Amino acid sequence: MVGKMVRRIALAIAMLLSTGPVFAEAPSGSPIAIGFSMPLTGGLAVNGTSGLLAMQIWAEDTNKNGGLLGRPVKLIYYDDQTNPSLVPGIYTKLMDVDKVDLVISGYGTNIAAPAMPVVIQHNATFISLFALDINEEFKYPKYFSMLPVGPDPRPAITAGFFDIVKANKDKLGLKTIAIATGDGEATRNGTDGARVNIKKAGLDIVYDKTYPLTTTDFSPIIRAIQSTNADVVLISSYPNDSVGVIRSVNELGLKTKVFGGNLTGPQSTSIKTSLGPSLNGIITFDWWLPAPAMRFPGVMEFLKTYQARAGQEGVDPLGYYLGPWAYARMQVLGEAIENTKGLDQEKIAEYIRSHSFKTVVGDVAFGEKGEWKEARILTVQFQNIKGTSVDDFRDGKGEVVVGPDQYKAGDVILPYSSNNR
Amino acid sequence: MVSLDLLINAIVAGILLGGFYAAVTVGITISFGMLDIANIAQPAFILLGSYAAYIITYYVPVDPLVVGFLMLPVFYVIGMAVYRLYYYSFELRGEQSIQGLAFFFGLLFVAEVSLVLVFGVDYRFVEAPYIGPSLHLGIIDLPLRMLIPCLVSLVMIAVLQLYLSRSFIGRAILAVSQDGLALQLMAASPTRIKQIAFGISVATCSLAGTFLIIIQPVEPSIGRDYIGRIFAICVLGGMTSFPGMVAAALLIGIVESITATFYGPSWAPAVAFGFLLITLAVRPAGLAGR
Repeated sequence: MVGKMVRRIALAIAMLLSTGPVFAEAPSGSPIAIGFSMPLTGGLAVNGTSGLLAMQIWAEDTNKNGGLLGRPVKLIYYDDQTNPSLVPGIYTKLMDVDKVDLVISGYGTNIAAPAMPVVIQHNATFISLFALDINEEFKYPKYFSMLPVGPDPRPAITAGFFDIVKANKDKLGLKTIAIATGDGEATRNGTDGARVNIKKAGLDIVYDKTYPLTTTDFSPIIRAIQSTNADVVLISSYPNDSVGVIRSVNELGLKTKVFGGNLTGPQSTSIKTSLGPSLNGIITFDWWLPAPAMRFPGVMEFLKTYQARAGQEGVDPLGYYLGPWAYARMQVLGEAIENTKGLDQEKIAEYIRSHSFKTVVGDVAFGEKGEWKEARILTVQFQNIKGTSVDDFRDGKGEVVVGPDQYKAGDVILPYSSNNR
Repeated sequence: MVSLDLLINAIVAGILLGGFYAAVTVGITISFGMLDIANIAQPAFILLGSYAAYIITYYVPVDPLVVGFLMLPVFYVIGMAVYRLYYYSFELRGEQSIQGLAFFFGLLFVAEVSLVLVFGVDYRFVEAPYIGPSLHLGIIDLPLRMLIPCLVSLVMIAVLQLYLSRSFIGRAILAVSQDGLALQLMAASPTRIKQIAFGISVATCSLAGTFLIIIQPVEPSIGRDYIGRIFAICVLGGMTSFPGMVAAALLIGIVESITATFYGPSWAPAVAFGFLLITLAVRPAGLAGR
């Protein structure tokens, strides 16, 4: 641990001494510069740092294999501090001052969306990473999304959750639903989509409130939900508030039949290991897990490299949540550059639009508004978690894929209260 | 119709939350209220307290609260050192207003970046037997994760109140908050007294930070969430009064909790700060201000 700290401090001093942006690879010859902002500090940094490591591994792999168009690849990135207001300035600098060849987004909806006006103004091709439906208003033809939510992203996030609700509606007598939503763009978008699913499922909404992301104590919210006796409770939350909600739910013994929905956070290893058995019974989404059906060519090799370096870099030790996706996005961009034999933004966008890509997260093809042609969201339930070590979650243990059918690794356990927490 | 058990639980939850708010505000009441030093780096010191609890409990199987108590002297010394630096750099030259504010602002960012560099940006937690269980007294639920910080916080503030009102140094701190020049005429050094007082204000962060990491996971930027709230509670309480500050913290906690329970959590901060504005309009010196 001390050695790790010394290494981190040495790395930090080296970073502080450098006057400009941080270069992942020492430039040689005439590199292809790919620029982006990334939340390396602040609330989203827990995933941002994981995504950055994956992209650095891709750059190293690519350069080892001769680069792109025979030129080395260089990543130029700035910490946006999870602050959306810093993002437009960063992209202006990347494109006007640093003169990068291509830009891609940072991690998350709140960070990718503010870059869009600047990117559109520069007519650049743009692939986002885990941004939910940000092209709905812009309809920018050179936008592509590395998030498998399909052509109708907002309802897609909770579609699997409501498939379970519908399948158990009569058996469990599910009639009412309570919704609590964190006051952020991604969580609000997720809840907007959930309302479409709620209508289709024929549930009555008995509680529907948003809460500030600075909330310290969630017990008043959980008590208010409990007082409605809702059969289904849907939470749309960011990592820190997910922890607060889950702790309060367990402390107050919330009695409901189905609980979960759109909780971000339990996918991260540090949060999984801190909450342990109190996660049992929660149904939420995930994007990739090492279930047998998800082991696409190259992904386990990538994770082996990632996990070997994650400890030293101080990032998510397993890297399941974002790592493969950040790597796959770069594979798409790299293949498009290589096959168009140039850096023409129009040609690269056209290539991405019209081709299917073999990546570490499987086959990727883009459709309308730059979203994936087909949704491929995993619905997971935390089951039978007994401890709080990383090994309790390695190999996908404890987080069981319960849908869609082609990736299913187990059956859902309902009602929520029957899970041993 | 308002359910009685919901109302009672909302008030109880507000009191527990208010007890925690009092712990994070007591240091500001000393530094800002009594010493007139706008220490906006206070949340950074609180986070240092959280990370101290995290790192020590990571290596040594000890309760985080024990760490909070053991680190009090360390934080006291840090506070005294920071005041010395502030005194020689700004106060001595009469440049404490804007430059001093910039100093503490800088300190906040330096502390935050240092935490990022040393601990990374991941969420950090502690484990303790009282994180998770609840006490059920009839219709009232008391999550121990909130109850224990609240009780320890109130005890800490009571001890500090006794110290200020009964000890020579404590009375000198109260005197320097009213008239530093008069204190000098009584042959006491206002600078030395202020240094001790500032040390105490930072020492409270050791326990407040421990409470924070018991209540919720922390990451280096989370302290910013509390800046507005702790200054608001300090002002509402009357700036220099501990009983006033505790009353203000409990009131803000209860108002937030009742609003979150019955009207929706998104209204809670607005109603709490609206309550602050109304109180100050009626009583500009705050609840216990003179």
